[in-house]
Amino acid sequence: MTVYPKLETIDRQIINLLQGGFPICDEPYKEVASWLSISEEHLMARINAMLKNHAVSRFGPLFNSERLGGAVTLAAMAVPDHEFEQVTSVVNAHHQIAHNYARNHKLNMWFVISTENPEQINEVIKSIEAKTGLEVINVPKQKEFFIGLKLEV
Amino acid sequence: MQNSPVQKIDSFDRKIIQATQSGLPIVSRPYDAIATEVGLNPDEVKTRFTKMLETGVIRRIGVIPNHYVIGYSSNGMSVWDIKDELIDEIGEQVGALDYVTHCYQRPRHLPDWPYNFFAMVHGKSRDEVETKVREIAAIIDNAANSHDILYSTKILKKTGLRLGNIEGKKCSD
Repeated sequence: MTVYPKLETIDRQIINLLQGGFPICDEPYKEVASWLSISEEHLMARINAMLKNHAVSRFGPLFNSERLGGAVTLAAMAVPDHEFEQVTSVVNAHHQIAHNYARNHKLNMWFVISTENPEQINEVIKSIEAKTGLEVINVPKQKEFFIGLKLEV
Repeated sequence: MQNSPVQKIDSFDRKIIQATQSGLPIVSRPYDAIATEVGLNPDEVKTRFTKMLETGVIRRIGVIPNHYVIGYSSNGMSVWDIKDELIDEIGEQVGALDYVTHCYQRPRHLPDWPYNFFAMVHGKSRDEVETKVREIAAIIDNAANSHDILYSTKILKKTGLRLGNIEGKKCSD
């Protein structure tokens, strides 16, 4: 069982406040720190600390690669248990794999492939199939429905 | 719906993206730091950031929390087999729920995969996820033939966007 770090109250406030809306101005940390009534140094230290203890996986701009001509798809595989670790290594070794999750289904490995152009999606799929001997089920999005993301902590 | 076209970016935008895709510099004047790195003046960098936010090249600027650490340890991918002609209407309604963080139409892959509609639900426990999925089921009513919930049991890999093989400069170094 993985032990996760305890979040301090200020960390929760930062996460709730900063899931978007980081200002574009000369001294944005000073600006955000004033919203939280803390010092700029304290805010920067907490962001660094949360990156280090993995409470936050990234801090900065989240890019939409499809608007940049890139392609993204979701794909799944049914991996036999005894091959799971090895197949994970093969799949993750492709730098185009952005996320990969184990899930409780016959299709037990689900990953996001992100490439610079649409043609490369199939190349990555073919490569994984060739190296693992397993079929990759490709389920690209056909339509994205609007969401308002905000998880309170 | 968020299905809009590819945006034109120039070589400076590309440099800005490469410089920040692993994170924004954590220094007092981060846009100045980026400006120095890519060879533009700071005002130009801020203007380009604003433009990229407006055109959706940047979805948002902020923290991407680790769901597990912040207590959302149950991440349920609810999947549904929805009658095709009803999917737009259902998608608008389900996507609007505040606990649904991603909502997509995707192709079925018969016979193994009958589901064409995905709604990601985050909760602090499986019970909470299941309660929420029951709420979705009530909205969907008889438009779905069947559904399932796939839980993530382990994160095997998680990274941000990478443009090509060029790693962005680590911000805090």
